[in-house]
Amino acid sequence: MKHLLSAKDLSREQAVLILDMAEQMAATQARQVKKLPTLRGLIVVNLFFEDSTRTRISFETAAKRLSADVINFSPKGSSVSKGESLKDTVLTLGAMHTDAIVVRHYASGAPYTIAHSGWTDASVINAGDGTHQHPTQSLLDAMTMRRHLMGPNPLGQGLDGVNVVIVGDVLHSRVARSGVDLFTTLGAKVTLVAPATLLPVGVETWNCDVSYNLDQALAEVKPDALMMLRVQKERMSAGGGGFFPSPQEYTREYGLDEPRLAALPKRTIVMHPGPMNRGLEITSGAADGLRSVIVEQVANGVAVRMAVLYLTMTGAEGGEA
Amino acid sequence: MKNYLIKGAQLPGGQVRDLLLEGGAIVQVAAKLTPEAGVKVLDAGGLVVLPGLVDLHTHLREPGREDAETVRTGSRAAAAGGFTAVHAMANTFPVADTAGVVEQVWRLGKDAGYVDVHPVGAVSVGLAGEKLAELAAMAASAARVRVFSDDGKCVADPVLMRRALEYVKGIDGVVAQHAQEPRLTENAQMHEGVVSADVGLAGWPAVAEESIVARDVLLAEHVGSRLHVCHVSTAGSVEIIRWAKGRGIRVTAEVTPHHLLLTDETARTYNPVYKVNPPLRSAADVAAVRAALADGTIDIVATDHAPHPREDKDCEWAAAAFGMTGLETALPIVHELMVETGLLGWEDVARVLSVAPSAIGRVEDQGRPIEAGEPANLTLFDPSARWTVEPGDMETASGNTPVAGRELHGRTVATFLHGKPTVLDGKVVG
Repeated sequence: MKHLLSAKDLSREQAVLILDMAEQMAATQARQVKKLPTLRGLIVVNLFFEDSTRTRISFETAAKRLSADVINFSPKGSSVSKGESLKDTVLTLGAMHTDAIVVRHYASGAPYTIAHSGWTDASVINAGDGTHQHPTQSLLDAMTMRRHLMGPNPLGQGLDGVNVVIVGDVLHSRVARSGVDLFTTLGAKVTLVAPATLLPVGVETWNCDVSYNLDQALAEVKPDALMMLRVQKERMSAGGGGFFPSPQEYTREYGLDEPRLAALPKRTIVMHPGPMNRGLEITSGAADGLRSVIVEQVANGVAVRMAVLYLTMTGAEGGEA
Repeated sequence: MKNYLIKGAQLPGGQVRDLLLEGGAIVQVAAKLTPEAGVKVLDAGGLVVLPGLVDLHTHLREPGREDAETVRTGSRAAAAGGFTAVHAMANTFPVADTAGVVEQVWRLGKDAGYVDVHPVGAVSVGLAGEKLAELAAMAASAARVRVFSDDGKCVADPVLMRRALEYVKGIDGVVAQHAQEPRLTENAQMHEGVVSADVGLAGWPAVAEESIVARDVLLAEHVGSRLHVCHVSTAGSVEIIRWAKGRGIRVTAEVTPHHLLLTDETARTYNPVYKVNPPLRSAADVAAVRAALADGTIDIVATDHAPHPREDKDCEWAAAAFGMTGLETALPIVHELMVETGLLGWEDVARVLSVAPSAIGRVEDQGRPIEAGEPANLTLFDPSARWTVEPGDMETASGNTPVAGRELHGRTVATFLHGKPTVLDGKVVG
């Protein structure tokens, strides 16, 4: 596995391998000495064209735990500015013998372009591109679900028979796209819930069910995992007067509040990729409640990223994912 | 000027004839002509002779973007592709919205001498869509402008569009509309559908084109004007145009070679060479525009040749420029998709690539029958030739061809512009 660009590219075997490797990595993090020598002498660049504290810190921690040298690079500039081209930035990193480039970019497909342009020999790991993919997020979500829902020994398993409901701004969400791809590869059934304005045209061809009504979907699906997506503030003032009438109406129709929380089956876990808009898509009661695994998701993120860095940078498993 | 005897060419109607060119005109067409001394003989056995091709939609980029193309390099590309006339779009820097700029472009075309360059005038000042440009001044200039377009931008304001349609009646002009509802396409990157949902690029709905086409044909009917719809790309637009023609509305339409050939599936590569406005559409849309070209609903093929320098395409998709080149590959693509499939005959090719675009653009000395007494604007095409597109080997100054590496069916062997060869043996002369 040279690159990780899209959850769509992962076979079930590759995905399970990453998740099992992540469990091993997580186990090392329970030790007193948490640092492994695996990637000593190798350089990982976190190339973040878009602001992200959580994902960058997670990748940085993962790389440092594997003893890689980590460089954080956050070029400034907008999508319309041609001043610093993506090509020049990547060529520069190549000249510095970078071994892996972790890319977050506002343009969908930018990591794909970097990996296939001939600009660099480095491994390319997609840390979120535009409204396309965020594969390590879906892997950490899968790891979290597997731990809670697949019995005492999750190793070797997928997510067979798991029902996942994903609620919110699917249209702009790379988390939703990666999630649908990976969870279904692993055997789960996914239902997307959103107002039609926040679903892409073409979603009907995705390997999942779609609903406009949260209460109905929860009652019918009885989810094992309920994932609330962040609703970005700027979506409320977009062209045409916004994608929904008001935050209040969104919360009423699609927010996870106490009555909806109470109506969930006992086994259901509550997830959120963060950062949360408390009081909009999720109440504090739901976010901090007993069913919430949101903090665990963050911890698992480090383990998953350690596994992905290890597998891509050492070529420990054949084939390009 | 040398005289030429073209031996054994197949006319669009199928007859094999010898053609004698003298003083810029075709002087004789006969089954067998014997060359007199001093006449250059060109063996055209196995070649099809067409009236010189006329492109109603070309971006020559000069003035302003000479890094992408100049009138000279674009004219050479046009000649290499078998064209004898091109209409140079107005979105240059400065915009071709005055008599001065259109005369400059016209003059540059004359100086280059490879094709007749007919400047298109902007509809609105600066393409801003707010105020009519001086259309009559451009029509009366040496450039004799008859086609007006804000191409690259849509004349979105319905009142301005109405005024433009009315105003061009006085100068026998036509408004060529780039149909793109701007609010429905803010930040749009590719056709909205299954692929855009998957690859996460902002969608460009078919309705953004169709709603403008529908409005414009109704406006054209209301004021009794000529409307031309640029680069039709959707099945819905085809249906509207078919309906409008059925009502007797004076609307004509064009399709590009790339919208005949390629679909939105190409965006899965994130290769910005496939980023174009209007976007490549679904397979069903491609089938619809092919059928519409075959049944005459779409009148012409126009290239929308849109050269861009390498740095505008060597980047992430969202940052890349819209557009692809087309002059040198249009005829082989039409041959492969429409002629080899039996959808069009050679007389139809002559119609959609020469006769009809000349008529729409009111170009009097192009798109003429291949007969004695007519101007010697001719293209000789070898349908049996096969060649692979190498972006670096093209006459255009830019490499953004969407068919790089593809084997094309047929090639232009010779082009004559007013009796003078601009292409011989497949190479541009001079």
